[in-house]
Order: sequence, then C-alpha cells, then structure tokens
Amino acid sequence: MRGCVRRFKTTLVAALLAAALPAGAAPRRVVSMNLCSDQLAMLLAAPGQLVSVSNLAQDPRMSPMADQAAAYPANTGRAEEIYLMAPDLVIAGTYTSGATVAMLRGLGIRVETLPPAEDFDAIRDAITRMGALLGREDGARDLLARFDAELAAARGTPDRGRAALYYANGFTSGRDTLAGTILDAAGYRNIAGDYGIATTTTLPLELLVMAGPDRLITGATWPGQSRGEAILDHPALSAVAPADAQVTDRDWVCGTPFVTRAIRSLR
Amino acid sequence: MRGLFIALSAGVAALFLASLLTGPAGLPMPESLRALLAGGNEPLPVVMREIRLPRAILGLAVGAGLGLTGAALQGYLRNPLAEPGLIGISGMAALGAVLAIQTGLSLAAPLALPLAALAGAAIGVGLLVALAGPRGGSVTLILAGVAISALAGAGTALVLNLSPNPYAANEIVFWLMGSLADRSMLHVWLALPPMLLGAVLTLSTRRALDALTLGEAAAQAMGVSAPALRWRLVAGTALIVGPATAVAGAIGFVGLVIPHVLRPWVGARPSALLPASALGGAALLLAADVAVRLVVPDRDLKLGVLTAIVGAPLFLHLIWKTRSGGRV
Repeated sequence: MRGCVRRFKTTLVAALLAAALPAGAAPRRVVSMNLCSDQLAMLLAAPGQLVSVSNLAQDPRMSPMADQAAAYPANTGRAEEIYLMAPDLVIAGTYTSGATVAMLRGLGIRVETLPPAEDFDAIRDAITRMGALLGREDGARDLLARFDAELAAARGTPDRGRAALYYANGFTSGRDTLAGTILDAAGYRNIAGDYGIATTTTLPLELLVMAGPDRLITGATWPGQSRGEAILDHPALSAVAPADAQVTDRDWVCGTPFVTRAIRSLR
Repeated sequence: MRGLFIALSAGVAALFLASLLTGPAGLPMPESLRALLAGGNEPLPVVMREIRLPRAILGLAVGAGLGLTGAALQGYLRNPLAEPGLIGISGMAALGAVLAIQTGLSLAAPLALPLAALAGAAIGVGLLVALAGPRGGSVTLILAGVAISALAGAGTALVLNLSPNPYAANEIVFWLMGSLADRSMLHVWLALPPMLLGAVLTLSTRRALDALTLGEAAAQAMGVSAPALRWRLVAGTALIVGPATAVAGAIGFVGLVIPHVLRPWVGARPSALLPASALGGAALLLAADVAVRLVVPDRDLKLGVLTAIVGAPLFLHLIWKTRSGGRV
C-alpha cells in the first residue's frame, strides 16, 4: 500500500515537473501507443527519451523493429498503465481508442495523434512531425534524406504487369492505400483500379479471377485458422494466379521508411 | 400431390440454374454455361466450375437437408416447433466445427471438420430427444432447445474470442447466420457423402413416422420399434445437419417454414411431407442465396438474415394460433 502511495507521488512529481517545463523544450519521457508511431519514435528518439512502446511493436509478425522494441517496456494502450509511466508526451494513432486519449488528456498529459500514412508524402510528413514532437529535427532530416534515397533506388521500372492484392475475407486495396502505393512504386498496375476501387474494400473472388492478374500478393495468414483466411486457399485463386504468390509482411503494415523494403521485395 | 412434386422439382431446377447464373461478374449466359460444361483453365470456366458450381450444389444440398430434418423432427417429436436451427442442433454442430478448426484438427485431416460438426449435432439432437421425446410438450422442447442453443452459441463465441487469429472473432456471425460465399468443391466433397447417407436414413423413417401420427401405442402395435426409430432419426439428423453446418454455418428457419407451408398440400402425412420438404428446403435456400447476391452484391449478406426474415413472421403466426386455441 505504502509502495503504491509512493509510486503515485513520484508519478505526481514527474507530471508536475513536466508541466513546469518551458513549452519549447523537448519531452523527456515519451510513451508511444501505436505500432506505426512506435517505429518512427524508435528511429528518431534520443537515448532514454522513449519510455515505452506498444506491445504490437514487439511482435515480429507485425513490426519490422521487433528486436529494438524488445529493449523497451511494452504498454497495451490502457490509460492506467500509461499514466503510471509518468510521460510528458504520449503519441497515439488517430484510431487509438478515443476514451483512452480523452482520459489521458483529462489527467493533464499531452497526447499527440499521428494519422496513418497511406502514401509517400504522408510518410515524409510523419517523419518530420515525429522529429518536431521529439525535438529531434536534425535526426528527422537525416532520416528523410535516407528514405528518399532508398525510395528512389527501390522504385521498379514502370509497367511490369497487372497485380492484385488479396487479403482475408476477400478484401483488396486500391491506389489510395499504403499497399496500393507500394504496388504502384514497384511498377505494377493494380487490378483494383479496373473495378473503381481506391480504398481497402471487398472484391468478390470471381471478379478477381476474371481480371486474371499477372501477379498475386496475398495477406499473411495468422496462427489459429480462420474461415476468413480460407479464401486465400481457394482453388480458383491458385488456378488463375501464378505460383509465386507473394505475401504482404510486416514491412507493409505501417507508413514508415521500411516500405522501401516492401517495394524491393516485389522485384 | 404428383403435381406438387413436379412443381417443386421444376422450381428447384430453375433456382439451381439461377444460382449458377447469378454473380458479381455479370457473365454472358450461353458462354458461361458452355464454359461450365467444357471446363478449361481460362478465367470463365474457373469461375463457373470452382466458384459458382460449388455454391449452387451446396445451396441445393444444405437446403434439402434442412427441410428434410425439419419435417422428420417435427414428425417424430410431434411438435411443429422442432427445427434444427431453432432448437440448437445447428448451434452444437457449429461449436463442433469451430473446435475442429481452432484446435488445428481440420488442418491435419480435412475430414475432421465435418466429423466434429457431426459429433456436435449428434450430442445436440441426442440431448433433445432424450429430454423432449415423442411425448414431450412444447414447453419441454423449447426450454431444452433454448438451453442447448444458448450454450452452443456461447461456446462458439468463447472459442473464437480466445483464438490467436485476428479474424476469428469476426466469424461468430458466420457461424450464427450462415453463408455460402466462396465455398469450394472441397467443401462439397466433405459435406455431400455424409449428408446423402443421412438423407437415406431419415427417409427410411417415413413409414414409422406415419404410424406414429396415430399415437405411440398404435405405432408399437403396428410393429414400429421405438428405439430403432429414435436411433435412425438421431443419426440421420446428425449426418445431415453436422456437415451442412460445417460448410455453410448455422442457417435457421428453413426446417421450420418449409414443412409448415407444405403440410396442407400433402395431407399431413410424414411419408409425403419428408421428400416434399427436402425439395422445398432446397428451393428456399437457393432462392435466398440468389437474393443475397442481388440485394447487396458487394457485401457478404448472411443467409440466416434472409431466412429469418421469412421465418420469424411464421413463428409469430404460430404464437397467434396458440393464443387462439390450445396447443400449437
């Protein structure tokens, strides 16, 4: 009980300290609670500045930085645990639970939300914004320059054929999505465009078969089976798609500099 | 009566063809039928043979199975409320199927899926027959059915919620409502043989069910063996409902509506009602499956939604009849 009180006091002191700091100073205890902001924060934060990342960042199936993330204490995105970490800045995604964000703000913690980056300009903006939030503008500029160079090197020759993205439950992604952007940068024409699909939405299997894509990129399957993923094993899919079906992996999940690896993987 | 069977058969054939010709791709009719018969590796034959044909076959088989078991259960339990979906047999089959999928058994051996669902359905129908029996009143049957379906539904939701797979929890609605979207010929081969065996067993109870309409004592005097009848019915129902649910989810109300609609046409004789209900069930499910593709083509509207819209008003009608005069 006494330990609890003491912990609460340290929390309170840290929170007061954070509030007392001048507005322009870089935050010293940053907690990230979104898989994508986790990666940008780990790439840009000063040593000791980042206190915790989300538990998803430690999952090698979703996070290209799982090894680095293992060095940080993980949070599961609940207001209580994040408050007890006494952060002076919390970085969340725009789709993070509204109740959690409101609760943290109500407790006097600064919460910034980063929208998901669906194209290269949005990734550039996210890098710059993260640099500004962490007070690491120089690091952000370097990262941006490296990203632009890698992107230019990764881009494929245009018109390499028609490709389809197909995920569990028969979903596909059009040009306004990160996966569609990756496909486009690799030099493929997305068949979703033939059916007027620009976002991520369902595409009936028979329309995919009728489109006859040159290349098929499917979603990764997860442990434990599901009926939604069974569509990826449908015989009609293997009948039309060439044998070398590519699987989207952790480099496809977030708008971070790692998307250049996803583009290169399509070569 | 012969006219009824001819009309039903013609309806089923027409709806089967409609199911083959309905789809988001809007394929030209003569070419697609030719592609269906000729086969090949081009997109058109693949769509017809691998996507639309299994869907139409499963619509026919699952609908016929549900109609047949509904009529047989109503005849044996002598209760118009008996129906595999409503009283939890489909729910138990879904629980068995979900367990086979989530434990990885169905990956190790594809046959494990229909077998596990069959076992679930057998436990469900066995429990019901033991609890309600041919003398059981509506209250016993409905209470037992509600308890079994609630337990099965909760078990299914629990297993799917505990799954490490991010898509699994979304599938609760499939197991509760049913769908024939994107099934393959593999599902047809898994489900059809046990369902045919179940249909033979269930149809073999026709004479005994006829005798049972005269009362249990009369049926016994006419040489009907009660335990043999019970076993054939439990096994037949499980063999049909189990594999059907494993591939199409739990589709309700087909087994309730069809026998009710057809009963006046066949003079309430189970021996005629059973095959007529099989044809009627096939027609209803094929029609519902064509409708879900026409109403909202870009969404996987669940079959159970449509069958419930047709079935629930009939259920209310039954309550109305109970209110106005004794037994249902």
